[in-house]
Amino acid sequence: MTTSHLPAIGRRGLLLGLAAVATLANARLALGQAPGDPRLVVILLRGALDGLDAVVPYGDPAMAALRGDFPPPEPGREGGLLDLGGFYGLHPAMAGLHALYAANEAAIVHAVAGPYRTRSHFEAQDLMEAGAEQRLASGWLNRALGALPPRRNGTPRSGLAVGLDVPLLLRGPTPVGAYAQAPETDAPGELVERIRALYQGDALLSRPFEEGVRGRLFAAGQIGRDAARQGGFAALAGIAGRLLAAADGPRVAALELGGWDTHNNQKARLPPVLRQLDAGFVALKEGLGPAWSRTAVLAITEFGRTARVNGTAGTDHGTAGVAFLAGGAIRGGRVIADWPGVGEAQLHQNRDLAATRDLRAIAKALLRDHLRLPNNAVAAAFPGSDTVRPEGGLLRG
Amino acid sequence: MSAAHLALIRFGFGPKPGKPLPADPARWLAAQLQEDPRPPPGGAPLAALSDAFRMVEARRTMPGAETQRAVANLTNSEAEAWASGCLATRTPLIERLVAFWSNHLAVSRRAGAVAAVAAGHYVREAIRPHVLGRFEDMLLAAVRHPAMLHFLTNAESIGPNSPAGRRRNRGLNENLAREILELHTVTPAAGYSQSDVTEFAKVLTGWSIAGGWAGFEFRAAAHEPGDKTVMGQRVPEGLEGGAAFLAWLARHPATHRNLAAKLVAHFYADRPDPAMVRQVEAALRDTGGSLGAAARVLVSLPQALSAPPAKMRPPHDLALAALRAVGAPPERAGLAIQAMNRLAQPLWSPPSPKGWPDTAADWTGPEALLARVDWTYALAGRFSRTDAQAAAEAVLGRLGRDALRREIGRAGSTRDALTILLASPEFQRR
Repeated sequence: MTTSHLPAIGRRGLLLGLAAVATLANARLALGQAPGDPRLVVILLRGALDGLDAVVPYGDPAMAALRGDFPPPEPGREGGLLDLGGFYGLHPAMAGLHALYAANEAAIVHAVAGPYRTRSHFEAQDLMEAGAEQRLASGWLNRALGALPPRRNGTPRSGLAVGLDVPLLLRGPTPVGAYAQAPETDAPGELVERIRALYQGDALLSRPFEEGVRGRLFAAGQIGRDAARQGGFAALAGIAGRLLAAADGPRVAALELGGWDTHNNQKARLPPVLRQLDAGFVALKEGLGPAWSRTAVLAITEFGRTARVNGTAGTDHGTAGVAFLAGGAIRGGRVIADWPGVGEAQLHQNRDLAATRDLRAIAKALLRDHLRLPNNAVAAAFPGSDTVRPEGGLLRG
Repeated sequence: MSAAHLALIRFGFGPKPGKPLPADPARWLAAQLQEDPRPPPGGAPLAALSDAFRMVEARRTMPGAETQRAVANLTNSEAEAWASGCLATRTPLIERLVAFWSNHLAVSRRAGAVAAVAAGHYVREAIRPHVLGRFEDMLLAAVRHPAMLHFLTNAESIGPNSPAGRRRNRGLNENLAREILELHTVTPAAGYSQSDVTEFAKVLTGWSIAGGWAGFEFRAAAHEPGDKTVMGQRVPEGLEGGAAFLAWLARHPATHRNLAAKLVAHFYADRPDPAMVRQVEAALRDTGGSLGAAARVLVSLPQALSAPPAKMRPPHDLALAALRAVGAPPERAGLAIQAMNRLAQPLWSPPSPKGWPDTAADWTGPEALLARVDWTYALAGRFSRTDAQAAAEAVLGRLGRDALRREIGRAGSTRDALTILLASPEFQRR
């Protein structure tokens, strides 16, 4: 564990040439004069976030019939949604993002999905990261990095994977740096719950496992262990921000946050994860400092969830959902959507929120208009997407 | 039950996805017992014992950061060489036997810096060459090794009537003699007395460590003069007498019973079936203590490829099995060493001369089980490109329940799916 305010660079980081970043981070305050290269952060929300609960179209008259009192109350009521302009409301667990939205530094993309229609997490995540309709061995962000101007010898790689492993999104021909966070966090509570179910009936192991879970719950109540865990993602995001802020640091980073697969008890399970993501946006802005003004953050999930609530107060695998955009480079303060509606006839297969936007249009716009990649590089990042035009006007200036 | 899975899980570190299962599991097991257990040449160069000792001594006299680091590098490289050997091995049964016998004749790294650097050498030179040989050879090699003489403090035991004893007014240390009788060979079931322990301790006086840890040295000047009587046996004065008595102990029927019961308990069940124990015991008796013969019977018992896995994997085995399951290459062996530390079974560091405990109750504490989940989650984060469903089929086959397969299929990410597989009750057993 590091006691310094500087990021701890894991052994792999050193091997990959990130050592320079740690020392350069010392000079963070001097970065005001640094040249204005754009920064791009992609956050992968693994497990399928329910877009209809994170950003509620409370102005849609069909919502009441669809979800009743499942979503948070309307804006202005106690524990109510944070208003996004009279039709959509942001989940109250995302006050940090709402403040960015109010400062025109965050935007929401709604009713958005990738080009695939699988409802398998693994397949959809691979396709989301590959940026294609078929599985590929490399990720779209890695292929995009190949088009960035070459770096001087001895300076860190342009790309940075933040976490324990390099996601497919950043795998491929262009070498990237990796940062391994220490200390590692405990397994999340909802995952432990799933495993706990598998121990039930085990003559030898079920009792000690139950006791272990009870002991943890007690400790969480006493010392806020879960609160400490929630600090995990935000801490990582803060470190990513500082690394990206460095004058010679990486320019592109990928982070991951899981825990979105809310098949049951969603009202209790979703807010803690939303809070982690929310804290991550805030920590990125803090870590980036002045470089935030040249930053775009994109948070995406593999698919949305069913429009209707299932029999266990949760939602199942669906189609379209939301993506979040943040950063000083984003023309924020708006919800980008062609709202399809959630009436019975409007749902995709009478089941899911329909997709009226392609995620690739958003990502392509960031590559073209933010990283200023040439058209052929954007095309290489998203093969077979000629008909998907980059979303116009996503960025300031 | 899948015989091939059982063979790999009960007698190895579990299957590795992408590596075909043995077509004839019984033959695969038997063939391993025809191999030379010594490690193939060409592995990482490991230090000679005396080099290690010099480093530790250097650290003592000049406690500089450099010597500190040299010692740490040495202990780490020994541990990683061991773990990468286990990950890469074609003969996991031999590795399991090496681990078993290293724990039966345990030394512990907790005994200090010299012990920490000597443990790897001890396992390589005193235990490994004999795991398919005769128990009396292994016992003699273990007792003569500086690591054991240091751990059980025999190097400082001096015959009271020896020249050194009369000069320095120092005396016997019974530690090694007692543990050989109680743990390594006949056990209290043989009915020895305190005076047998004392007399045996006299037999072992002078068994010591050569200067600079160059190896074994018999110090005649510290050896208690005269013949001794231990457990009714007359033991002549001198080194040869002691060696002959160790061989007698190794061939004792009570020793065979002890070894057989421990072997069957280790590979099959916390409370082993007496009939199974009797078969292994008979093999030891009939061959004059051939550990290869015992192992051949052990793996060809009718239950070998049919009884469901009933033993809890200790952290050692869990770490190696999990790394194999995620396809970790041998270069990532350091992860196994870290896991053993985190899950409270650091390599070659048992808490007592008795070695690590070997029953489920010792490894199933509430926090210990959750620590397994947490470690697994961290590991899964490093190998999140693994195909969890394929891994589940490969490592458990039909030993995995449908409920497990379902949960893996429903997980929200590959990382979660892998965690569920590796933290499942099925995966905790062997």
